[in-house]
Amino acid sequence: MKTSLRRIWAMIYRHLAVYRRSWPRVAEIAYWPTLNLLIWGFTASYIAHLRGAPGVQTGGALIAGVLLWEITLRGQLGVTLGFLEEIWSRNLGHIFVSPLRPAELLAALLSVSLLRTLAGLFPATIIAYLLYHYNILLLGPVLLLFFVNLLFMGWWIALGIVSLLFRYGAGAEALAWTIAFGITPVACVYYPASALPVWLQPVAMALPAAHVFAGMRAGLFQHAADWPDLASACALNLAWMLLAIVVFSAEFRRARIRGALISIGE
Amino acid sequence: MDAITVTNLVKRYPHTLAVDDISFTLPQGGVLGLLGGNGAGKTTTISMLLGLLVPTSGQITVLGHDIARDRFKALERMNFSSPYIALPARLSVEENLRVYGHLYNVPNLRRRIAELTGQFHLGALLARPAGELSAGQKTRVALAKSLINKPDLLLLDEPTASLDPDTGDYVRTMLEAYRAETNAAILLASHNMAEVERLCDTVLMLKAGKIVDQGTPDALIARYGREDLEQVFLDIARREEP
Repeated sequence: MKTSLRRIWAMIYRHLAVYRRSWPRVAEIAYWPTLNLLIWGFTASYIAHLRGAPGVQTGGALIAGVLLWEITLRGQLGVTLGFLEEIWSRNLGHIFVSPLRPAELLAALLSVSLLRTLAGLFPATIIAYLLYHYNILLLGPVLLLFFVNLLFMGWWIALGIVSLLFRYGAGAEALAWTIAFGITPVACVYYPASALPVWLQPVAMALPAAHVFAGMRAGLFQHAADWPDLASACALNLAWMLLAIVVFSAEFRRARIRGALISIGE
Repeated sequence: MDAITVTNLVKRYPHTLAVDDISFTLPQGGVLGLLGGNGAGKTTTISMLLGLLVPTSGQITVLGHDIARDRFKALERMNFSSPYIALPARLSVEENLRVYGHLYNVPNLRRRIAELTGQFHLGALLARPAGELSAGQKTRVALAKSLINKPDLLLLDEPTASLDPDTGDYVRTMLEAYRAETNAAILLASHNMAEVERLCDTVLMLKAGKIVDQGTPDALIARYGREDLEQVFLDIARREEP
C-alpha cells in the first residue's frame, strides 16, 4: 500500500481552509485552554497567597497540570472534530470513494490535531507567564516527553471515539466532547494516584496520564526526572495506541459491511 | 477490456436482500443506465462498485482491478458524483476542486481547474463557499469535481437532478463530449428517462435487487410495445413479480 503525502496534504489543506475563513473557529481553539488556565491560575494564586512558599509550589503544579492536560484534551478534540466535520458536511461519501487510504486520513487528522493543540496552548502559555509568572518551559527538555505522551493519549482516545462513530453513527457525537473530560478524575492531573480510592488506583495506573503527571510533580517538587514513570507512560501509550488501531480497523471494515459509510451522518 | 465486470453480486442485510445475484458488464467507452424504483438496489450496487460497501458474495472487477483486494488502484482512475453527497460547505468552489485534485494526484492542477471552470461556467463561483450555491450550481460543481482526474470510469447518481432543463441539457452534452473525447465508460443511475434514452447504450432494469430486464433503450421500448422508456419503466414497476 503506497502512502501519498499529497493526499495527506489535501486533507490538511481542507481543514486549514475552514479555519482561514472562520474567525470563531480560530478563537475556539484557544478559548478553552485559556479559560481553564484563568480559572486554575487565579485559584493557584489564591493558594499561594494563603500558604506562602509551599502554596507557590502547589500553585505551580496546578498551572502546569492545566496546561499539560489541555494537550490531551485538545489533541483528542482535534482528531474527532476533524472527522465530525466530514460527517457534518456530508462529505465522507466523496472522501471514501477517492483514493485516500484510511491511514492517510488519520495522518491528516493527527497533523491537524497537532497544529490545533499548539495553536491552542500558545496563548495559554503566554498568559500563564504574564499573569502568574509561570514559565512551563522551565520544566526543561523532559517537557517534550510529557507533550508527546499526552498528545498520544489524546490521539488513541480519539481513535476510539471515531471507531464508535463508525459503529453508532453521528448519534455518538456527544462522546467526542465528553470522554476525555470524563477521564480527568483518573488521569491524576492535580493529585497522585494514591489520593484515589484503592479500587480506582489500577484504573489510573493503566492510563499514561497518571504516570506523566507523576513525572511532572517529581520534576516540580524534587527537581528530578521520574524515568520509571515516564517509561511506563510510553509503554502504556504504545499498547493503547495499538489497541485503538486494531479497533479502528475492525470498525471501519464493519462499517463497510453494514453500509454505515453511506449513512453515517443520518 | 471491460470497465466493469460484475459477477453474481449479492448484498444481504439482516432483514433485506438489497441486491440479488446480479451480473453485468460495462465495456470501456460504453454508457450503462441503472433504472429502478426506490429500493430497487441502484445505490447499493453503485456503493459496492465504489468499495463503500462490501458485498455479501460475488465479484466486482473495475478497470482490471478486483475491488475486494485492490480497490484503491481502481479508485484512482474513476470518480463519482451524486447530489446526495455534498462537498464541504465552508470551502470555496476553488478550494474544493483543489482538495480533490490533490486527492486524485492530478498533474498540473491549476490548469485542470481552469479547464473545468471554463467547461462548467464556474468562473463567477470559484471564490464562493460551496454551501452558498444554488442546487443547480452545486450539481455543476460536483460534476466538475467528478471529472477532475479525467476518470476512465464515471459513476453518476442522478447527475442532472435539481438542474433547470437548459443546464441539464448542457451537462448531458458535456458528458457526451467527455465520453467521445476520452473513451471513458459511464454508469448512470437516473430517474430521468429522457436522459437515459439519450445517453445510455444499455439499460439494466432493477426491481427488488434483481435485474428484471436489460437491453438498449430502443430494444426495450420495442419489446414492451411502448413509445418511450418512461412507459417501459412504469410497466416493469407495476408488474407483479412471481
